[in-house]
Amino acid sequence: MHPLISYFASLDSPGVYLGWGAFQIQLGNLIVILVMILLFVLALFLPFPSGKKRP
Amino acid sequence: MSIREERKTEPVEEYYTWTGKARGWLLKHLPADKLLPQDQPSYVASWIYVFGMGAIVSLVFILVSGVVLSLNGPAWYHVSDFGHFVNSVHLWSVELFFMTMVVHLWGKYWMAAWRGGRTLTWITGMGAFLVSIVAAFTGYLLQTNFDSQWIAFEGKDALNASGIGAWFNVANLGQIFGFHIVLLPLAVGAVVALHVILVRMHGVVPPIDAAETDAQLSGPDRTEATR
Repeated sequence: MHPLISYFASLDSPGVYLGWGAFQIQLGNLIVILVMILLFVLALFLPFPSGKKRP
Repeated sequence: MSIREERKTEPVEEYYTWTGKARGWLLKHLPADKLLPQDQPSYVASWIYVFGMGAIVSLVFILVSGVVLSLNGPAWYHVSDFGHFVNSVHLWSVELFFMTMVVHLWGKYWMAAWRGGRTLTWITGMGAFLVSIVAAFTGYLLQTNFDSQWIAFEGKDALNASGIGAWFNVANLGQIFGFHIVLLPLAVGAVVALHVILVRMHGVVPPIDAAETDAQLSGPDRTEATR
């Protein structure tokens, strides 16, 4: 099996949990939160393409 | 003469039935040029204004893939390749829906989007978020695997303790199926539709620092200095 397919097939398992003291989070949830923060920061700083000229 | 100026010169029609009064109210608060505007103010040209529409597009994908799943049933989407694909489209559309909705929420929170008479727009947005969480929860319960069984029996006691267990029984698959494919989609659709109509009625909220200077502002967004 391709390693990528076996990785996604393994997502049916309970998952990877990360913990610091009393704080614990599943890796998938952490990735989603980090992607949302990245999208928010990019939306603030990336230039927006200019639209077509209007009369 | 602009559309707004033309409307001002029209004779005022007298409404004396509830249908006529409703039409008068709608024409006053949601005229065609507000419902389907030709242009948006220049401050809308920013990526932070894109995520609300991103959430709506995701919701369309959720509804269409959900209709396909419900028409074919679990015996199809648990077994066939195409069924697995549509099931995955449904899941990932929900992931995108929540991610775009949360970034939209952050953006609107930090620009205090409830300004200028937009309180109800903010409240319906929060309502859409909360109803969507319930809809997503019932979706997790419909996976019909050990995961959904675990989630149902973890959530059961909390819902019973809150007093709604008789009407919202997470261990009753048929009832949760009804909630997930009929009642909650209607609720999410209605709240989102109301939210979008309110955005059209009040216009897209301007950035905070535009309130003093931007000549494009109108209504309660304009300060005395710019009138």
